[in-house]
Amino acid sequence: MIAPPKPDLVTINIDGKDIAVPKGTNVLEAARLLGIEIPHYCYHPKLSVVGNCRMCLVEMGLPTVDPGIKAPFGDAATGKPKINWMPRPQIGCATNASLGLHIRTNSPMVRECREGVTEFLLINHPLDCPICDQAGECKLQEFSTSYGRGYSRFVEQKNVKPKRTPLGPRVTLDDERCILCSRCIRFSNEVAKDDVLGFIDRGSYSTLACYPGKKLENNYSLNTVDICPVGALTSTDFRFQMRVWFLKQTAGIDPESSVGANTVIWSREGVIYRITPRRNDEVNDTWMADSGRVLYQQIMAADRLTAPSISGTATATEMALKSAGHLLKAGSVAIVGSGRSSLEEQFLLKKLADALRASTALVSRVGRGDGILISADRNPNVRGALATGLIPALPVQKLTALATAIDSGKVKTVLTVGEDLTAAGLSTAQLAKVAVIYLGPHRNTTSDAAKVVIPTLTVFEKNGTFMNQQFRLQKFAKAVPGPAGVADDLATLGYLVAAVGGPTLSSDLNILWATLAAEVKPLAAITYANLPSTGLLLDPTPWAALPFVERETLHFKPAAVSGAANA
Amino acid sequence: MPAPAERRLIFAHIDEPGYTPDLACYLRHGGYGVLQRAVARKPEELCDEVKKSGLRGRGGAGFPCGFKWSLLDRKSGKPIYLIVNADESEPGTFKDRYIMHQDPHQLIEGIMITCFANNVKLAYIYIRGEFPQGAKILGKAIAEARAANFCGPNILGTGYGCEIYVHRGAGAYICGEETGLIESLEGKRPYPRIKPPYFPAVLGLYQCPTIVNNVETLCHVKHIVDLGGEAYAKIGTPNNTGTRILCVSGHVKKPGFYEFEVGRITLGQLLHEVCGGPLPGRKFKAVIPGGSSAKILKFGETFTLKNKDGSTRTLAVEDIPMDFDTLAACGTMGGSGGVIVMDDSVNMVEALANINAFYAHESCGQCTPCREGSLWMKKITGRMVHGGARPNDGELLKSVADQIAGRTICAFGEACAGPTQSFVAKFGDEFKGGPAAMPASSLELV
Repeated sequence: MIAPPKPDLVTINIDGKDIAVPKGTNVLEAARLLGIEIPHYCYHPKLSVVGNCRMCLVEMGLPTVDPGIKAPFGDAATGKPKINWMPRPQIGCATNASLGLHIRTNSPMVRECREGVTEFLLINHPLDCPICDQAGECKLQEFSTSYGRGYSRFVEQKNVKPKRTPLGPRVTLDDERCILCSRCIRFSNEVAKDDVLGFIDRGSYSTLACYPGKKLENNYSLNTVDICPVGALTSTDFRFQMRVWFLKQTAGIDPESSVGANTVIWSREGVIYRITPRRNDEVNDTWMADSGRVLYQQIMAADRLTAPSISGTATATEMALKSAGHLLKAGSVAIVGSGRSSLEEQFLLKKLADALRASTALVSRVGRGDGILISADRNPNVRGALATGLIPALPVQKLTALATAIDSGKVKTVLTVGEDLTAAGLSTAQLAKVAVIYLGPHRNTTSDAAKVVIPTLTVFEKNGTFMNQQFRLQKFAKAVPGPAGVADDLATLGYLVAAVGGPTLSSDLNILWATLAAEVKPLAAITYANLPSTGLLLDPTPWAALPFVERETLHFKPAAVSGAANA
Repeated sequence: MPAPAERRLIFAHIDEPGYTPDLACYLRHGGYGVLQRAVARKPEELCDEVKKSGLRGRGGAGFPCGFKWSLLDRKSGKPIYLIVNADESEPGTFKDRYIMHQDPHQLIEGIMITCFANNVKLAYIYIRGEFPQGAKILGKAIAEARAANFCGPNILGTGYGCEIYVHRGAGAYICGEETGLIESLEGKRPYPRIKPPYFPAVLGLYQCPTIVNNVETLCHVKHIVDLGGEAYAKIGTPNNTGTRILCVSGHVKKPGFYEFEVGRITLGQLLHEVCGGPLPGRKFKAVIPGGSSAKILKFGETFTLKNKDGSTRTLAVEDIPMDFDTLAACGTMGGSGGVIVMDDSVNMVEALANINAFYAHESCGQCTPCREGSLWMKKITGRMVHGGARPNDGELLKSVADQIAGRTICAFGEACAGPTQSFVAKFGDEFKGGPAAMPASSLELV
């Protein structure tokens, strides 16, 4: 570990409390460290500061400097420097910590400012909270309650604006609710690098709009909905579907690429309603791609497998497992693992391979990296397979070695975890030559040709860990139960390991991790329960020579070696 | 013809018969002589002259010009820009337009001296969109000056070069705010920037150090270098030096523009002696002394001001000298020099409704208090003039205005709140609601 550079600390005073913060920290963040809330709308920690909402107005003072000694005047009574309070309030978001800065966040002037801004924001607001999706997670609603007057002095006609403007395929704008904070504009410009949003018209008639002929359709458009402090930008998918306070939040990991964006999965009674990003400053900040938000639809997909089968005939899970065990025990087995499996599943698969002396392979899944939060490696957990030793080298695009082995008769049984072998270079004729055991959540050509099919869970229905491109081990949790009759994946694999004479391994993650930590060197001394919610960064040096396909994304730079190999 | 009390520096040739805006005429009147002398001197000396002159900005805020220049970040290694603020849009103000229309070379000479003094290689004249004629005249004048080697590369054989470009605005009042102007010049919406950190002297146009000066201010620079800073400082009154142009409009017999030594004429002298007093049968009721953003003065009110020695003096509105400091001490400002006069025929609610409509229309909409407050005030006064006044409207108006002033990104907040605050405070009777509160003369209008 390299020690972080020591920040230049300065002591500032907020509401009478001293706090040392790095020089330049803005007052909002400094106050947050003290547990003091300074309400704000337009400020976002990951976007540029514009200071337009004026909700974070605070009183600011600096020590009065004696020009004679060039040092602050001391107050004789307290020994503390005499503070020169500015007559006008200042915005906290653009006020940075400097030596001796004094801030008042709860003076009569500050309270009056907040009351004023709240009143202004509400006079042309439709106040349609009862039908607004944002209700329950709306800053305007919260701050109006905390800082507003509680009654209106406005007797004029409110401005009327469009209520449902589609800005793109996934985002709908309710213009009347917009408080013109410009977070969405700044996000599109600064993070998504797709500068399509802007304001048109002036004053209170200002309106958010897309540039003529453009749409808000980039793969990050839904982040604008997340950061909208009010109910102006709504997700067309989630709009009017569910009250947010009914939803249970589960911490997840976006499985669509090796970035491993942290997510929150919002569900109720076993149904997922939406997926939003979870802040992780080392990985995805507060963002995620739109494509990762709809993945929950795979749970209810038409091709979802829910019942085990043998030779195409539905059967009981026990029968299918027994049958698979027999096939494996017969020997001449090849195992095709998955970069989409959790690290724990990969470990069990490795145990299975060891017990059978079977060959192992992983199928690569490479797409275009977008430089933001989608990497070129569309498998979320290739590094888990490397760490557990399931594979010694990077995944392959075509299973040519396996094809040769099948043709030569060396392999008689193939176990595949979710992968469609025909897509990975095997012909149906080759599949017909072997007994295929298919473990996967969805039907495909391989499952159709399989001798034994055992359905598995999607990432939303189980617990586990992925290791992302940074070699950061990240936990995901079960948000909803799997379909009736589908066994836990770790139990399924554990059964097969034991059936072929391997060790008995627990499907309880805490117990399993004791084995993992003991047996897998890179994971030594890690306990599952203590994995931080922001992940645990492992030492990547053992794999530094591998030519990983990832290019630069947010918070990730490929190592020089692999970068050169990619060039 | 200039009035006898006037002293014309900037407007010396405005409306002079036979004076034309072309270079030949300007040269005949000694034009570019000051520039020729200026480029023979050291730039720092010129900056020093301006500092000594005590010149204060004529755009509205009255910020000391020499001090503004001294704030420039000259060590950044970045180019320094000069922006000429020719976005004259303050209601009641019409001075810069005359300079540009009738004496454009005076401005260009001022620009070139300023650029030379501050090592500026590129100057922009940001001209109000509604001044197409002015833009045309300036374009022609710059071409002439360039052909005669007064601007462009290697001026007057000195090795120093500077280009001037004219950029037309698109018709928004907020573009007169210097950081809004910069945004507009960069091709963006003219949303004023937050200060800190975006002080133009450090992070201005294209994030480079930038001077933004008003047209009239830059013309004064020419005269300062001509006369010498110290000699110039003797014109006018201490801390309120030089001359300034006052644009008088409204209910006087002789409205128009006049140039006086700053502080050497009182409001009463201006309106009664120079402008011929009120219209027949009328009495002065109120006057806005520095453009519509300035707080209104009510005839009949008095101000007790402190003298330097600690004693006090009492001034009636007519006694107020038209300088920056006294007007500020009286709670208003010299602003842009637009003097708007109202006589007893004016219904103050209607007058305020007019001003409020302007500010609501011109609020850029960036920050909450001004965006929402200006329109709210417009709606209230609009309702009042259409017979819907309520007893508490005056209080409400004042409270709304108080919630805007001092809490916005730019000075537009004060500009739009000031009229309401002062109208309601001084003409409260008319804001009490109901027809009885309105002066009889205006009832016919309702």
